[in-house]
Amino acid sequence: MDLKLADISPQEMEEVKRNVMLTTFEQLKGWARSNSLWPMTFGLACCAIEMMSASNTHFDLERFGTFYRNSPRQADLMIVSGTLTKKMAPIVRRLYDQMAEPKWVIAMGSCAVAGGPYVNSYSVVKGVDQIIPVDVYIPGCPPNPAALIYGINKLKEKIRYEAKTGKKVR
Amino acid sequence: MLRTEEMLLNIGPHHPSTHGVFRVVLKIDGEIITEAKPVIGYLHRGTEKLAEDLQYTQIIPYTDRMDYVSGMTNNYVLVHAVETMMGIEIPERAEYLRVIAMELNRIASHLVFWGTFLLDFGATTPYLVAFREREVVLNLLNELSGARMTFNYMRVGGVKWDAPPGWIEKVKDFIPYMREALKGYDELGTGNEIFQARMKNVGTYTAEEAINYSLSGPNLRCTGVEWDLRKDEPYSIYDRFDFDVVTETSGDVWARYLVRTREMEQSLRIIEQAIEQMPKDGPIMAKVPKIIKPPKGEAYVRIESPKGEIGCYIYSEGKNKPYRIKFRRPSFYNLQILPKILVGENISNLIPILAGVDIILGEVDG
Amino acid sequence: MDEKKDLEQLKSDSAQKAVSKPTAEEKARAAAEARAKALAAKEAAIAKEKTDEAVEIKNESTTEDGAKTVSSDEKAKAAAEAKAKAAAAAKAKAAAAAKAKAAAAAKAKAAAAAKAKAGAGNAETPAQEEKPSPNQPYLDKYVKVIGEHLGSDVLEDFYINRLSKDVPTLVVKRDQYYRVAEFLKYNEQLGFDYLSELHGTDFVTHMEVYVHLYSYKNRQSVALRVKLDRDEPVIDSLQPLWAGADWPECEAYDLLGIKFENHPNLHRIMLGEDWVGHPLRKDYKPYDVEE
Repeated sequence: MDLKLADISPQEMEEVKRNVMLTTFEQLKGWARSNSLWPMTFGLACCAIEMMSASNTHFDLERFGTFYRNSPRQADLMIVSGTLTKKMAPIVRRLYDQMAEPKWVIAMGSCAVAGGPYVNSYSVVKGVDQIIPVDVYIPGCPPNPAALIYGINKLKEKIRYEAKTGKKVR
Repeated sequence: MLRTEEMLLNIGPHHPSTHGVFRVVLKIDGEIITEAKPVIGYLHRGTEKLAEDLQYTQIIPYTDRMDYVSGMTNNYVLVHAVETMMGIEIPERAEYLRVIAMELNRIASHLVFWGTFLLDFGATTPYLVAFREREVVLNLLNELSGARMTFNYMRVGGVKWDAPPGWIEKVKDFIPYMREALKGYDELGTGNEIFQARMKNVGTYTAEEAINYSLSGPNLRCTGVEWDLRKDEPYSIYDRFDFDVVTETSGDVWARYLVRTREMEQSLRIIEQAIEQMPKDGPIMAKVPKIIKPPKGEAYVRIESPKGEIGCYIYSEGKNKPYRIKFRRPSFYNLQILPKILVGENISNLIPILAGVDIILGEVDG
Repeated sequence: MDEKKDLEQLKSDSAQKAVSKPTAEEKARAAAEARAKALAAKEAAIAKEKTDEAVEIKNESTTEDGAKTVSSDEKAKAAAEAKAKAAAAAKAKAAAAAKAKAAAAAKAKAAAAAKAKAGAGNAETPAQEEKPSPNQPYLDKYVKVIGEHLGSDVLEDFYINRLSKDVPTLVVKRDQYYRVAEFLKYNEQLGFDYLSELHGTDFVTHMEVYVHLYSYKNRQSVALRVKLDRDEPVIDSLQPLWAGADWPECEAYDLLGIKFENHPNLHRIMLGEDWVGHPLRKDYKPYDVEE
């Protein structure tokens, strides 16, 4: 059966414009992944309490589709919140390796970004990106839960941008 | 007879219920724990070594991050140590502001305990409800000091900022709101029979063992020892307030839960009396020298934080930086009894016992 | 012409300066004198500030009391407040006087100036600088009881630590440390059953372990110090007496290298077994220092 676009009446054309979308498969995957990021509960220190506050009633994080999972095998986002010490570093690397692709990492708080107030200490790793690749950095000590939500939104934009253009954000 | 072998189970540093990066290596025989070895040090950040290179006012933000849910009491212990060494007298309004801030923080800390403790049992509603109240407290403290969690509010000689206009009225309105909420908590958590059955006669220790293991705070008061540093060695202006020291006698997880839940009511009483007695205006900072140099010598002071007895030891050589500073952190000492009370317990009782000790890993310092 | 005159002017100036320049030691002496004078003036100023403030607060409280409605318990509260404040002011005065490091003349001058300023507020301030501490009888009792039971040469030193809320402090000899600690715990008159704190310090010439004990029975604290050799810091463990000393001793071993004998499980609890060095020592070089 033939379908000619010229045969469709204007009202139907309006309906078609509202209900039919054309996109690439990559963009579809990007849209799906960004809107349901499942973080792994990985709170190390004080920023973990702000992460808990962000997922609670006042700054509800679940409306963005984030649903905390306890196991790294079932998660696709790791929010490293808190200070990373040298004793804990191998464990973080192992947890990152256990996550399945595609996976993203958010470094939350100054300690995870660059060592924070403990940068001169003898037992602190100066930033979590010395061990695992980080996608979004959220500064603050600790960052407000609203800042964490802003950071997660930035990550969503990054996922969709990378899906749309195929270029990696540097 | 079935031949059973001992199994080694590692409750790793990454675990949803260990309240942070804490690791326990268990030897279990079936379901009974025969040996428990805690491993800490995953959050050791070296605060004491860093503090040897900082002036006293610069160390105050680091104290916030030790016990991060109750930053005001940590601030206070350092400032109190320096003030004791230098013999500074604090103005009245600053003392009252300090007391109100510390008691509000005690409520916030016990709310975190209550929410996460019952979350470990599997109940998610208390977690959401507790943090809803906690947001109100944090907003009050945010208006006072500028930050939600790491307050950096106390200074040597007083406090940094005065209460903004209208703040005292907001605290006054908060008190009946919190009392209603506490009634709700009693119905939600304390009256629940399943929680009671899981908490009673679990993780019991006697008063002599508690004193021998240097426990303090609610962990000590749950055995019947009526000891609260705010009443028995009063610091600041706590001798002007009338409040009870909540004690229970059974020494199990249920007693610790009750002590902490009832302490929130006592904190509300103290805040009420403090608001009544507070002077309407006045200086908030004593006249201290610009560069703070305690005299040569050493001092050790201890105060009552929500977790127990926190202490600060300073050895100063008369310079503006300390020679040695040491914090006596309550969770570090409270955790020592864990290997002893876990022996012979069911493995499913590990989580209530561990949560009942109420540790904060930043304070155990790893 | 002008240049030459300027040059001569310069030469004469410098010659004058050379003549009038005092010798190095005279300059040093003058500087030391000026410094001592400045210090004395600063001490006097601080003492005056403190008593000024104490008087201010006293005045504040009296006006407050007048403004409030007089009811019996408020009056009692005000009286207790005033008493507490006067006691605190007297203690501050005693502490300030004890801290003065300048010459005796400056000390007397500061005390006299302060007394003149304070007037009625500090009427009970004694004329002498060093009031005997309220914990002195406790210290004497401890020294006497220890001397009776353990001999008179176990303590190197004993004093009241005025900076630390007047806690009696005993400095014990190294080989008598465990005997004294055991005695402090089990003796009925002393009965120190609670160990509040235990830690080590690195003074560059020696190391030291500081223990703070508390007795629930008598409601008194005592502090115990023992000096250790810095190259081989070895001391007895207090874990058999107080089980709460377990982990603090492990921490002192980990961060400072102090070995505790008879400890059931001495291990590096904070840093892990493969860490090299003891960080809290004063000569610790971190492994990954960035230039």
